Amino acid sequence: MSSVIHRDCDVLIIGGGAAGCVAAVEAKELAPELDVVVMEKAHVYRSGCLAAGISALNAYLHQGETPESFLRYVIRDSVGIVRDDLTLTMAAELNAQVKRVESWGLPIPKDERDRPLKRGRGSIKIFGERIKPILGKRAEASGATILNRVNATALAVHDGRVIGAYGVGTRDAKLHAVRAKTVLVCTGGAAGLYRPSNPGMASHRMWYSPFNTGAGLAMGIRAGAEMTSFEFRFIPLRIKDAIAPTGEIAQWLGAQQINALGEEYLDKHYAHLGGRSMTTQDRLYATLLERRAGRGPCYLDVRNVNPKRLEGTIAAYLSMAPPSAMLMSDEAYYAKHGGVMAPVEITGGEPLVVGGHGLSGYWIDAARRASVPGLWAAGDVAGGSPKKYASGAWAEAVIAVRAMVEEARQREHAPLDAGELAREHARALKPLEKPGSISPQDLEERLQKVLDEYAGGISRDYGYSEHELKIAKLHLGRMADELASLAAITPFELMQCHDVIDRVTVAKTLVEHMLHRRETRWHCYQERLDYPQRDDARFMLFVNSVQGPDGAIRIVERPVERAQLDVELPPLADGAVIRHSR
Amino acid sequence: MGIFVDENLCNRCGTADEPMCVRDCPGDLMFIKENQKAAIVGNRECWDCAACVKVCPTQAIHMQLPTSVVVRGVELRGRAMKHKTVWRIRLRDGDEKGYETPSTGKPPFTPSL
Repeated sequence: MSSVIHRDCDVLIIGGGAAGCVAAVEAKELAPELDVVVMEKAHVYRSGCLAAGISALNAYLHQGETPESFLRYVIRDSVGIVRDDLTLTMAAELNAQVKRVESWGLPIPKDERDRPLKRGRGSIKIFGERIKPILGKRAEASGATILNRVNATALAVHDGRVIGAYGVGTRDAKLHAVRAKTVLVCTGGAAGLYRPSNPGMASHRMWYSPFNTGAGLAMGIRAGAEMTSFEFRFIPLRIKDAIAPTGEIAQWLGAQQINALGEEYLDKHYAHLGGRSMTTQDRLYATLLERRAGRGPCYLDVRNVNPKRLEGTIAAYLSMAPPSAMLMSDEAYYAKHGGVMAPVEITGGEPLVVGGHGLSGYWIDAARRASVPGLWAAGDVAGGSPKKYASGAWAEAVIAVRAMVEEARQREHAPLDAGELAREHARALKPLEKPGSISPQDLEERLQKVLDEYAGGISRDYGYSEHELKIAKLHLGRMADELASLAAITPFELMQCHDVIDRVTVAKTLVEHMLHRRETRWHCYQERLDYPQRDDARFMLFVNSVQGPDGAIRIVERPVERAQLDVELPPLADGAVIRHSR
Repeated sequence: MGIFVDENLCNRCGTADEPMCVRDCPGDLMFIKENQKAAIVGNRECWDCAACVKVCPTQAIHMQLPTSVVVRGVELRGRAMKHKTVWRIRLRDGDEKGYETPSTGKPPFTPSL
C-alpha cells in the first residue's frame, strides 16, 4: 500500500462550494478552538456551481414575504411533496445570510429605500461575477484548513457512525484519510447522468456544473445513508444552445414565453394548468406540448425590449453564463448586417439530481443531520427542500454547522478501521493499477445513452415506462464489469474514473426511485407514460431509499408532515382543485 | 469548449507556484506543458465559465464557442480588476464590444442594468 496522508480534525466539510465555504466560516466563528478542514476537489476560489458567477439570488424574502409564504409557494410548485420543517428553517435564515455575504464584498444594488432590487418574487439582482472568489477567500481567511485538490471518494465509518472521509489527490493520486468528529457533505448534485443537450466537443456546454458528479450522493449511498426523491429530476428550461438561465430575460426584462406563432402560449393554451402562474415543471411541459401541437419552437419574447436594456442583459450574462453573452452578440452582429435577429429560443436541458432546485438528495432532519450518525448534509446534495438555490445553501450550511459544533465539542475521535482503509485504498486507486480497456469517457457515454433512452432523457421527451426502466436497470447492473475495467494513467484520469463510478451509483438509486412512484406528479421531471395521472391517495408521500451492504436498494416510504397551512395544489388533469391541509 | 492560450503572451505567471489559470479552473483542467506554457487537457471538458480568461494577468487566454453551437468564432476576452471585470467580445467581422461588470464592493455601481 503506497503512503497514506493522515489528518485529524473536529469538523470536516466535504466540498468547498457555496455551502462549504459558508460552513467553514460559520464553524470558525462559532468555535475558533475547533480544527475545521475543507476537502475540495478543485480550488475554492472558483470551484462548484458558482464558478462563472451568478446575476441573482433566487431565494430571498422581500418585504411582505415570510417563511410561511415562501413555504406555501414551494408546496404548490412541488405539488405537495415538501419537507415543511426544512423549508421554514431555511427560509428564516435567508436574508441574514445574504446580508452576511454582502458584508464580505458581494455587490448588491439597492433601491432608493436601501432594499435589494427585486428581480422576481423570491429573487434579487446581484453583481455576482466574483461571488465564488469572495466566498473562497473568506473561507481561507477564517482559519479553516483548505485541502484543495483532494477528490473525496468515501466516508469512513466506525460502529455505524461516520468518523471521517477518504479522498484522492487530483495531482498526485495519493490517498488522504481524514478523521473527524463531525462531517458535513456539501458536494452538490449530479450532472452528466443523462446525454446532454449539446453534442461532442460542446457536451459540457450545459447549465449545471459538469464537475458536479454526484460524488457526495454516491458516498452516502454506499455508506447506507437514506436518500429522498431522486425521481424528482430537475430539468432546467433554458436558452437553447447556450443552455443559460432564462431569469435575466424572463424576470428582469419581463419577456413572456411565446410560441412560433407569437402567442403567449402559457395563458392561451394552458390556462387549465394555471396559465403563466403554473408550476416550474409545467412551464417546461407546456413548451414541449407546443412543439407536439406544431406550434414550436418556443421563445422568450424580446421583440419589444429596448436595445439598451438588452445590452445590459449581455453584461449580466457575462457575470454568469458567458456563452450566452457571446451568442447574443453574434445574433446582434447578424442583425447589424441586415439579417434577422433570432429571438431567444428556449428548451429543456438534461435531467439532473439536484436538491437546490429540486427535491432530491440526502434525507435529513431539521438540524440537517443525515440518517447515518456523524454526518450532515447541506445545499444541492440535501433533499426535501426545493428552491433553496445559493442563498438557501448558505442557510442550510449555517444550520448544520450549529449542531455540528456542539457535537464536535463533546466527542473523541474514533479509530480508523484498518481493513476499511486498505479496502478504500485498493478501490480508489485500482484504475491506475493495470492497463484496462475502458476509458472513463467510454463508460460515461454508455451511462448517458442508457438513461437517455430508457429512463426518460431529452431524446424521449423525458417520458418513460416501467418496461423501459427495467431495461435501464438491467444495463446499469451489467456495467459492473466495465466499472472494474476502468483505466487511468494520470491522476486527472483517475478523478474522471471516480466521476463515472459515482454517476453509475447515483443512476442505480435514481432508477429504483423512478420505478417506485407509479403516478405522474411532476410533468417532465417525473413523467410515467404508463401512469400518466397524479395519484394523491397513494403517492402524497416521499419515496426514499437505502442501499444495503450487498448493494441491494430498499425503498422506504415517508409521510408528508404538513405544518398548519392550507395550500391550493395545482389542478388535476380533470380540472378539479385539490386543497391540501393536514 | 473552450479556451485558447496565446503562447506568445503566457509567461506561466512568472515565478508563482501555480499559474492563476491552473489554480482557478473549476474542473482542474489546466496544466503547464513542458515548454512552460499553460494548456487545457481538452476543450471537450471545458464548461466555458471563463474563470481562466478573467484571471490571466497577461490576457493570454480567450474563449470561443464550440463549432456545433456557433459556426464561426466569436471570441471573449476579459480581465478581473480590483472592483470590476472588463470584457471584450470580438465579433466575426473583427469589431469589438466592451463591457464592464461590478465585481466587489458597495454601491453606487455603474453598470448598464
